[in-house]
Amino acid sequence: MVLSIVLSGLAIGSIYALIGIAYNVMYSASRVFSFTAGTLGMVGGILGSLFILRMGMPIWAGFLLALLGGAVLGVVTEIVAVRPVLKSLDQHLYVLSTLALALIVQQFAAIEWSTEPQPFPRIFPIERNAFDQQFWLPMIACAVTLVGLEILYRRTMLGHAFLAIAEDNYAARALGLPERNLRMASFAIAGTIGALAGFAGGQMLLAFFANAPMLTFYGFVPVALGGMGNNRGAVVAGIVLGLFQQAANFLVGGIFASVAVFTVFILVLLVRPEGLAGTAVGRRV
Amino acid sequence: MDMSTTEVRPARASLFGSPALSAALPFLIIAVIAATLPLFAGGYWGVIATRACVYWVLAAGLNLVVGFAGQIAIGWVALLTVGAYTTSVLAAGNVMPAIDPFLALAIAGLVGAAFGVIVGLPALRLRTFYFAITTLGFATIVTQIVLAWASVTGGGVGVPGPVFPAPFDSQWGFYYLCLMVAAVCTWMTANIAGSRFGRALTAIRDAEVAAEASGIAKPKLLMLVFLFSGATAAIAGGLFASLQSYITPDAFTIELSVLFFIAILIGGRGSIVGPLLGTVLLTVLPEFAAPLVAWSTFLYAVLLLAIVLLMPGGIAELLDFKNRRPLESNRAIVPRPDLLARLLGQNQNADTLRLEQVALSFGGVRAIDGLDLTILPGQVHGLIGPNGSGKTTTLNVISGYYTPQGGTAKLKGVVLTQLAHHRRAHLRIARTFQTPRIVGEASVLENVMIGGTIDGRGTFVESLLALPRHWKDEKMLREIAMLALSAVGLEQLAAVRADRLQHSELRFIEIARALMLRPAFLLLDEPAAGLSAEEIRRLGALVVEISNNGTGVLLVEHHADLIFDICHHVTVLNLGKTLAAGTPAEIRSHREVVNAYLGG
Repeated sequence: MVLSIVLSGLAIGSIYALIGIAYNVMYSASRVFSFTAGTLGMVGGILGSLFILRMGMPIWAGFLLALLGGAVLGVVTEIVAVRPVLKSLDQHLYVLSTLALALIVQQFAAIEWSTEPQPFPRIFPIERNAFDQQFWLPMIACAVTLVGLEILYRRTMLGHAFLAIAEDNYAARALGLPERNLRMASFAIAGTIGALAGFAGGQMLLAFFANAPMLTFYGFVPVALGGMGNNRGAVVAGIVLGLFQQAANFLVGGIFASVAVFTVFILVLLVRPEGLAGTAVGRRV
Repeated sequence: MDMSTTEVRPARASLFGSPALSAALPFLIIAVIAATLPLFAGGYWGVIATRACVYWVLAAGLNLVVGFAGQIAIGWVALLTVGAYTTSVLAAGNVMPAIDPFLALAIAGLVGAAFGVIVGLPALRLRTFYFAITTLGFATIVTQIVLAWASVTGGGVGVPGPVFPAPFDSQWGFYYLCLMVAAVCTWMTANIAGSRFGRALTAIRDAEVAAEASGIAKPKLLMLVFLFSGATAAIAGGLFASLQSYITPDAFTIELSVLFFIAILIGGRGSIVGPLLGTVLLTVLPEFAAPLVAWSTFLYAVLLLAIVLLMPGGIAELLDFKNRRPLESNRAIVPRPDLLARLLGQNQNADTLRLEQVALSFGGVRAIDGLDLTILPGQVHGLIGPNGSGKTTTLNVISGYYTPQGGTAKLKGVVLTQLAHHRRAHLRIARTFQTPRIVGEASVLENVMIGGTIDGRGTFVESLLALPRHWKDEKMLREIAMLALSAVGLEQLAAVRADRLQHSELRFIEIARALMLRPAFLLLDEPAAGLSAEEIRRLGALVVEISNNGTGVLLVEHHADLIFDICHHVTVLNLGKTLAAGTPAEIRSHREVVNAYLGG
């Protein structure tokens, strides 16, 4: 029993962490938190189920197309909901524009796909056992993403350009970096990561439109607690959240588990608005 | 001085004679249509209209949170749920003997007010997106608790909604009940919108630092608004339960929450009539196109995106005809310093503002390094120096935005550095900003009136109910603001939306707003930046006259000519330290200053 709590906790925590990383990648490129982060996860799950189960594509093709779908949604987010409001970041219009886009995609999925959870295919044709693929797939996805991003940011020229944009937008532009293209690339990467979360976690969460708001909320918890822009913090906080939620689920039942998670989230934020691992930022007058 | 020569020109009268009447006109039209609805609409439309009234009761209160205070509260359906279940459970007698539905509704209002504060509380600590997410979380949690707490709420099975006694038990009877509540809510929120509290809320939304500099205490004001908004949302919940006649947790969806939120934004921020029309529009829209019902939330979201990207002003901007008339293009700012004596009165409690050994570093950079500064009442004190020498930082230490690591700033024995930001206004310290901080959607007059917020005497509740002290405050603030506008030479623009003005005019509006405090000390942060030579000359004359009336002025400026023309005393900063201090004549001949800065 303890084993299954730990396994499902690690798995669901990895999904939250991946969504958290998607938030972070978008935030680093644009200083914008996007409500579409959870939507990306939902899209990954639904596209996987659509391509593989409904359209009968090979698994690898369905996987790649689902990731591509996420990347496209990421770029669309940048073009439609982020770029037009970047000029007036202090008015927080991005909260509204990304919320609107997230709702549009979510409602479209509810109507055109289904309002009920739909099955998600098994990826590898192997026997079910205690340490099933539905648990280790999200963990592997999370580990690969974290390591991949570290290599991208630290070892490649493109990654250095991303970091430059994240660190100081104006200075980076003054150096001649193509800020707009880099931002679009970041949103494409974030879209891919979000879709990967939904695909890898598809067997746990199924292909369900209501995963969007759920992931938007639970994916933001690791960002808020781990410190914005901090991917390692998001992974640690995401996994702690997953374990805590599954343990509470088992001990006090699903509804009070959500209440417990929410209460802890609010209390931590009220005590440390900058997150457990973050540092306070002064305001400009 | 002869008072007859100091007459203030009134603001230009509006299209319908009085501005109050033209503002009330849309409400009157809506009220007449709503009151006579049974004469020309069938029973089905009665239900729709009742629903619109109920939604508006919630949206009216939420409008103060979202449209005025600018807080992104997406999950307000949580309070609708709380109100609906409180009323239903009390009226049905699930936990204790059944009580009168009206009493149950009133209790729900109180419970909702308390919950409004709980849901709203994080707004004081968290940034925008964080707050939006927490309200969404509350909406989800409340529904789940309702589901789980089956012994009281009936769980997934639900409870019957309250039935109000005759004459409110018939369909049209209940409609009129809801219409009355909606009308009262409209009236109350319009009262707040037109009061110093409403203006303070928009200042918090668009110019938070200016709000604090005007002495507006954000936490207290937001708490009051959350109390009110929570109460109206819960009362809407009670009426909603009665309208539904039976409620289950399924009725309280996030989509419903989004509808309220979007209705307000489509209506336009900082307006009452806009969100009212927005609510009616979103309630009625699906009825015109039955096949679209399933797509309604999708359409609302598309509408929201379109509004945000194409028309951020919403319906209210479409209806704002008077701000589409072109302004005179070659208008001049002609201040009337002679009016200042009447505006500022006699400054009795003259004292000295003293900075002693103030030190502040950012990381390894010493922005201010042991600075002494004494600002005397009735004198203009110039602060000059190259970029990065610590001028604005000094201002921000006095205003409280930076806490120095060493030294103190004192006024009348009070240590300024220990006060909350907004307390400085109570010590009559006013300031302007390098980039003007203005509420663009409010009129020039309203922007100036924000400066006098702390001098109002009426309470929030008195404004809510339009009691006599509310009117007295408004009259007093309007008169002083017109006087301040005349003094800086902008009274002819009083009724114009502030975002239509030129940069130089905004600088003078900020000065007028600061003068509303009748400041003992006035801190001006580069007031001449972007002004023409003639405007700088007029600004200089205005500042001199302000100091002649007893106000101590700290002037941070790059225009050396202006500084030397009007200052009694000049301090030159370099790398956070005093390079030189003395009279303008002394500074002008100070060799180091001439070499380093003036480039003599």
